[in-house]
Amino acid sequence: MGESRYSWGADEHLVVQIDEEMSLAANFKAMAISSALAAQGLDGIWDICPANASLLIRFDPDRLEPELLERTVRDIEASVGQEESPSIKTRLIEIPVWYDDPFTREVGAKFRDRHQRPEGTDLEYAMAELGLASVEEFVERHSGSPWIVSMVGFVAGLPFMFQMVPQERQIELPKYLRPRTETPRLTVGHGGCFACIYSVKGAGGYQMFGLTPLPIYDPAQRHEVFAESMVLFRPGDIVTFRPVQEQEYRELEAAVDRGESVYRIVDVEFELQSFLADPDAYNADLLGALDVR
Amino acid sequence: MFVEVVEPGLATTVQDLGRTGAYNVGIPPSGALDQRSARIANLLVGNPETAALLEAPYLAPKLSFDGPAVVAVTGASAQVLVNGEERPSWSAVRVDAGDVLSLGFVTAGARVYIAVAGGIDVPAVLGSRSTYVLGGLGGHDGRALVAGDRLPVGEAGGVPAGDQLLRTLPERYLPTWSREVDLRVVLGLYDYRLSAHSRDLLVESDWRLTPVADRTGFRYQGPQLDFIEREQPFGAGSDPSNIVDAGYPIGSIQVPSGSEPIVLHRDAVSGGGYAQIGTVISVDLDLVGQCAPGTVTRLVPVTLDDALKARAQARENLDEVRAVLAD
Repeated sequence: MGESRYSWGADEHLVVQIDEEMSLAANFKAMAISSALAAQGLDGIWDICPANASLLIRFDPDRLEPELLERTVRDIEASVGQEESPSIKTRLIEIPVWYDDPFTREVGAKFRDRHQRPEGTDLEYAMAELGLASVEEFVERHSGSPWIVSMVGFVAGLPFMFQMVPQERQIELPKYLRPRTETPRLTVGHGGCFACIYSVKGAGGYQMFGLTPLPIYDPAQRHEVFAESMVLFRPGDIVTFRPVQEQEYRELEAAVDRGESVYRIVDVEFELQSFLADPDAYNADLLGALDVR
Repeated sequence: MFVEVVEPGLATTVQDLGRTGAYNVGIPPSGALDQRSARIANLLVGNPETAALLEAPYLAPKLSFDGPAVVAVTGASAQVLVNGEERPSWSAVRVDAGDVLSLGFVTAGARVYIAVAGGIDVPAVLGSRSTYVLGGLGGHDGRALVAGDRLPVGEAGGVPAGDQLLRTLPERYLPTWSREVDLRVVLGLYDYRLSAHSRDLLVESDWRLTPVADRTGFRYQGPQLDFIEREQPFGAGSDPSNIVDAGYPIGSIQVPSGSEPIVLHRDAVSGGGYAQIGTVISVDLDLVGQCAPGTVTRLVPVTLDDALKARAQARENLDEVRAVLAD
């Protein structure tokens, strides 16, 4: 990571580019600056939006001088840079996924003219791109290690997730050649190095792998999991995908509708340096938290 | 009191000045695209400027009232009719129970604002009554209006009897809508990714607004722009116009694959993987909201300081309007 680049989005936004490329370290820095800035409670700040390797601040320049805002953020950046072992208190969330389901297949088939590989499915494309022998092997790569929510946005509540494995083992895939005009709600997708879950039905350009039965955005806040916020995910959450088959998918979907507690969420602490020292061992330990709750 | 939607118009939504505090989870500010026109509509009918009103692009709704009310229509130019009889726009107009308000075609500008004394009294969601259609949130059931909708109107200080025309905005404060506009832009963000030639093209070319122009963004046609070739950074995606997904300022301009720049507006996606090359200043976003397809647009680079001066000027102008309408 070099020096951050500060830039104005006209008179109401400050953008801090922490790094051109994606890394956990850059993401942690974005989250750390965001939390510290929020804690200061500076008057005139409308929104603090940590992103993957950058940070966006919306502010009211009538109440907060741009120069003061920039100076404050630069000071915070200098102080968070000195922390030796950054750690966050966060949550581990399990997301069941029905991979290769017929609905995703159908939508994938409909937009084949926009795809790099018109034949087959997005899963088969992903498998081929990564040089794997089978779709099952791909599902294993996708669900075998956890992901960290590195940014929430695009549309309401959509999580961008970064795979917690060394860079050479990360799944990196192109997006569709031209975006689809339709993506079913709760589709599990992937573009570049990011996994996502589409929170609402809409346009999208990520490869599509399957569906989760668990809603992640509910403006009506019906299920208890949305009592505090209509959005399930927060930056820094850790997600693990669990493959399920049709029957379990349908059972979970019905159980959510009935308001049952089917979301598996536990509090965990994540230490960046320990993770970087031995990701596989660290992940195994981390995921164990779901079994002992 | 209720306002009944007889005909919904093209994409009429309930809006106020928008929400803050939820952009970090992908919920954009929403709110009136032309905030000045919305504020003045409210001032005319004696509402707080933050009251909710209707925003209607191109083809306005037909509304009926179940009691006496005061209404004002501002924004784009369109004939204002009560029971088929013409009334002035940019004015507070009295309507009675059973009256029908309708508007002619928009002849200049793109969006009209219809304020009712007391404000459209839908529940506030995350601090605002604005509709965010993509997220199904706020406004009237989180969606654009349909025929038969009954919109509750808040308590208003009694409707004066007699005079039909109650208050009007002096002509010197009326905006003018043109098919040729200059938008002031603070360049920056990822503009260093453009080739030097393309940076020149960006500010020297005429950009024509395409029909892809709604509350999420405005797409323009013009010359192809080129990004500097590079080995793409990890996670950014393969196209040179791609970056590692980041937050999008409202008003920022992105150029997917170098063609057809998009100016993001108040319902925009909050972030994504396209390089943004600058941002339209906040004051001129009102003007963007009033641009109809075909509008010839020039992007005029200004500094942050210029943007702040323009903002101060707009504020002074609005202060004068407040003073004039307070009488």
